Order: sequence, then C-alpha cells, then structure tokens
Amino acid sequence: MADRIGTTVDSVDHTRPETLEDASPSLAATRSPRVTGGTPSDEHAVILELSDVNAYYGDFHAVDSVSLPIREKEVTAFIGPSGCGKSTVIRSINRMNDLIPTARIEGAITYHGVDLYAPGVDPVEVRRRIGMVFQKPNPFPKSIYDNVAFGPKISKYSGDMDELVERSLTRAALWDEVKDKLSDSAYALSGGQQQRLCIARAIATSPDVLLMDEPASALDPIATLRIEELMYELKQEYTIVIVTHNMQQAARVSDRTAFFSVDVKEGQRTGRLVEFADTATIFTNPQHDETEDYITGRFG
Amino acid sequence: MITQPASIDLTGDPKRRSRERTIRSIFLVAGLMSVAISALIIVSLAGEAWRFVSQVDVGSLWTLGWFPRRGFYDIPTLLIATLVIAGTGMLVAVPLGLGAASYLSEYATPRNRRWMKPALEILAGIPSVVLGFWALTFISPQVVQRFFSSAKPFTMLAAGLGVGVLVTPLVATVSEDAMRAVPRSLREASYGLGANKASTVRTVVFPAAISGIAASLILAVSRAIGETMIVFMAAGAVGGALRTFNPLEPGQTMTAAIASLATGTDQVAGEGLAFQSLFFVGLLLFVLTLALNVLSNRIVRRFREKYE
Ligand SMILES: Nc1ncnc2c1ncn2[C@@H]1O[C@H](COP(=O)(O)OP(=O)(O)OP(=O)(O)O)[C@@H](O)[C@H]1O
Ligand SMILES: [Mg+2]
Repeated sequence: MADRIGTTVDSVDHTRPETLEDASPSLAATRSPRVTGGTPSDEHAVILELSDVNAYYGDFHAVDSVSLPIREKEVTAFIGPSGCGKSTVIRSINRMNDLIPTARIEGAITYHGVDLYAPGVDPVEVRRRIGMVFQKPNPFPKSIYDNVAFGPKISKYSGDMDELVERSLTRAALWDEVKDKLSDSAYALSGGQQQRLCIARAIATSPDVLLMDEPASALDPIATLRIEELMYELKQEYTIVIVTHNMQQAARVSDRTAFFSVDVKEGQRTGRLVEFADTATIFTNPQHDETEDYITGRFG
Repeated sequence: MITQPASIDLTGDPKRRSRERTIRSIFLVAGLMSVAISALIIVSLAGEAWRFVSQVDVGSLWTLGWFPRRGFYDIPTLLIATLVIAGTGMLVAVPLGLGAASYLSEYATPRNRRWMKPALEILAGIPSVVLGFWALTFISPQVVQRFFSSAKPFTMLAAGLGVGVLVTPLVATVSEDAMRAVPRSLREASYGLGANKASTVRTVVFPAAISGIAASLILAVSRAIGETMIVFMAAGAVGGALRTFNPLEPGQTMTAAIASLATGTDQVAGEGLAFQSLFFVGLLLFVLTLALNVLSNRIVRRFREKYE
C-alpha cells in the first residue's frame, strides 16, 4: 500500500488542472431541468476541485481516490451508505480533518485553483472562506447574539454588528422567532432553531462555500423543510455541499449528486465515489447498477 | 392480572434486609463523623480564640509586629505576609498552570501528553517539606539573591515562589481536566468559523470550562494560604515579624505563626496568652478560606457557560 500512497501523491501533484473549467468533461452533458432542484448548467464555474483524494485514519484507508468538481452557486449532495466516507470527504474540504491527529489526506483539493493542502496554506484562512454546519447542532453555550457574532468578531468585522446579526438570522429564517430574546442562551432554543442558528452563525462570516454534514438529520420534517428552503435561497449566493442520508432531500435540494459506496477489501472498508452527475441523472438514469440499487432502496 | 396471589412470596429475606440496615448505619456514622470532626474543630478553636480575645489588650492586635512572646499580636502582619506569599505563589501558578493546562488539552500531541501529564502529577505529589528545603537552598540563593543582591536568605519572595511551584500542578491538572471535558463539537464549531487555536481556547474552551478552572484556582489559593512547611522553612521570621509588604523581607504567615507557636520555635510553648493566640489565628484562617470558597462559588455560578 505504501507504494500506492507514494504514487498517488506524485501523480496528483502533476495533474493539477490548469484551468478549472476543463477539469470536468464528464459533466458536459446537462440534463433537462428538474422540478425542484434548480437547473444545473455548466455556466457556473468550478470553485472546488477534488482530484484523487485519498483519506486515511492512521493505517486505515477510509476513502479511495475521489475526484469531482464542485460548481459555485449550486448545491452538491453527497449520498451513500453509512461509513462510505461522506463526512470524511466533506470535512477534508475545509481541512476540518486536521483536527483529528490520525487523519491524513492525500491528493489535491483546489479552491479557485489553489491547492488547499499545499504547504503554506493556513487552515484558519481556508475555514473562513469555507464554512461548515455540523450534523448535530452545536451552538456555543453563549447568547444567541454572541453565537452569531462569534465569527465576525474573530475576523475583526468592522461594520455594524447588530445589523449583521439581524441579517444573518433573517437569512437563516430564524430572526422572527428570536428577535426578542437575543441575549438568551442559545441552549434555550429547540433543536431545529439551534440548527438554523448554526447556519446563521456560519453565514455571518460570509463564507464562499458552505459545507453541511447532514444538517437536518436531527430535525423533524417541518424544521427539515425550512432548512431545505433555506438552502435553496442560500445557493443564490453561496456554494453549498451537503451530506444527506435522505434520498428525497438530495433530490429536492441538490443540483448535482455524488454517490459514494464502500468496498470491502483486505478486511478494510474503503469508501469510493461511484458516480457523480447532475441530480436528475443520478435519480432517473444512473449509469451504475450500484447507484440504482441504492436510490431505489435495494441497497443491501 | 395476578391469578394466584398466594403462590408467590415477595417478602424477601429478612436477614438481607437487616444486613442492609446495618451497612446503611455504618455509612451514616462515617458520614456524620466528618461533620462531627469539623464541628469539633470549630468549637475548640472558637472557645480558645474567645478566651484569647477577651483577655488580650485589644490594641495589641493591630500595632507593631507579630511578637507573641512580648505580647504583640499584630494580626495585619500575618494577613499581609499571607497575602504576599500566596499572591506571589498565584502569580507563578496561574500563568504557568493555565498555560500548561492549555498546552496539554489543546496543543500537545497525544505522544507528548502521554508523558507530560503523569510528570505533572508526580510534581503535584512532592511533599511540601521537600519544596520548602528546595526553596531555601535553590530558589533563595539561585533566583532571588541573583536578581536582588541585597535580599536576605529568608524572604517572602523565595517562599512565595516555592508555594507557586507547589500549586502549579494543582492548577494545571484540575484545569486541564475541565478543559478536556469541553465537548469536541464546540471546538469544531469554533474552528469551523475560522477561529485559530488561541482564540478557540480563549473564547470557547475557557468559558465553557470556567467552573472547573475557577475551582482549580480556588483550590490553589486555599492551598497557598494554608501552606505551612515551605513558608516556615523559607520565609524566615519564625521568632516574630514586622509588618511589611516587601517580598524581599522575611515574613510570617498565619500558618507559620501557628506552627511556630505550636512547635515552640517561639519559645513560648504553653505559655499563657501567646499560646492561645494560636487558636485565634487558626480561626481566622478558617474563616478566610471559608469566605474565599463562598465568594468563588458565587463568581463561578455567575460566569459559568453551561454546555450539555
Ligand atoms: N476519527 C476517526 N478515526 C478513525 N476512523 C474514522 C474516524 N472518523 C471516521 N472514521 C472511519 O472512516 C470511515 C468513513 O467515515 P465517515 O464518517 O466519513 O462516514 P460517513 O459516510 O460520513 O458515514 P455516516 O453516514 O454514518 O455519517 C468509517 O469507516 C469510519 O469508521
Ligand atoms: Mg457522516
């Protein structure tokens, strides 16, 4: 395996695409527009490009060689069975995996053409541009206001903080519910409100890309719907990557879908990307039987 | 639902129940014992302290210095020395201890942590006599007298630094436990918003761990105020002390005063009022630490950021 790791690194370094638009020939064919998820079209520039991304936890090869482009102002969904590495991949995009001592990423993830894993790239800078919303709502044990103001304060925001807090909460469809209790603890909110607070907190830093790892998995259907509506609005301005277990959700909110699966070899469960295409294709005309089985619930 | 109530017997084994009653009373006695001992201490302290206060010339409680043999019982002398030494100790322990806690909990690689934490715990286990001796033979000549050539061999500064070394591991280990208990999801939230390590520690981990950190500081202050051996050995002034804030002078803390009186270093053992002043100082020490605890509990409750 050691050999392979070595060659992976080398090959990746030399295959970095010169122009990002050229990097995704497989996406050239655009399907007819779908009812809910918006119309993916190639006029949206590729903002993030994963090339040959391999992820390891110690000796464990968690994700094998994932390559896919992510286009701006679109929602890209990651779906697949549990343990196939969706979280690992999405967390590698804003270098969140740096926080896990054993985690290691190989390959290249370019953002506006810059390799995020190149030496000299500051993960703190990366995370200011690529924000994240987590599966479990994780507000700070501070007031609602302070939660939203946290990111802007960190990055020394010089504008009107009150206005920014209101704007962020409004965009996250939470303002009306909390405007009278901004100084209350965020822990007094319901799970769905907490999750929207976390979204407000993430967009208050005005990131470029928003990563959401199963943002609605802990929520009831109504709260989920609100978050989906929110995503639809947010993508007018942001690029969104979402991990979801919910097929319908992926079909509803995303423009493009990546389907991951797990291979068991040498006793290791290694995740890989099976298929990546616009959402309509994945759901109506998948190229791989594996994808079709999973989509139609025949996965086993 | 019960079809044959007579066929089952739910009364259980009477022997087992009486056994449980016995065990319960044993634990009750153990629990009450600690309460009783505390009460006993307070009562005996208070009684003797009262006898002292009622007989002493009240003016001598705040004039001149602390020379019990000559009838000078200046309480401010002891309070000030206690403050200076505990304060010096905390000046060392707070930055060092919190720094070590932050390093261990947030920065250290698992490998470094694996040996550093036990090392700290060993340091915490060093008997204070050893530290007192070390303060006298190392800190005083090698540190204090190097920087302040006029300093005497016995100084409050040397004792304070020794006390600092004593309580640093306490601050570090207790704070570190509190910081590590902060859920990882909060750290991820912070890093995910583009915070760096330093601001994550300062604005997320510290506030969430504040009750534990405050607890460690209170423990440390209590320990510093109550520390006797280091002060007794390194601060000098065992026969009496002048009232001074200068850490480069010898000084006598409340604990050292009690130790001197009780061991007879003051050459007054058992003699009349001087001996009884010991109880008064003891009671004062008790009240001081108690007040400190109450105060800190308030502070902690006010600033705690509770996470679930
Ligand atoms: N911190 C870690 N240390 C070691 N192994 C890990 C760690 N995190 C994840 N893994 C492993 O990596 C693989 C991929 O995990 P990941 O969390 O990315 O999957 P996932 O697709 O997000 O699954 P789920 O849908 O259940 O969230 C799994 O086999 C998992 O056990
Ligand atoms: Mg996951």
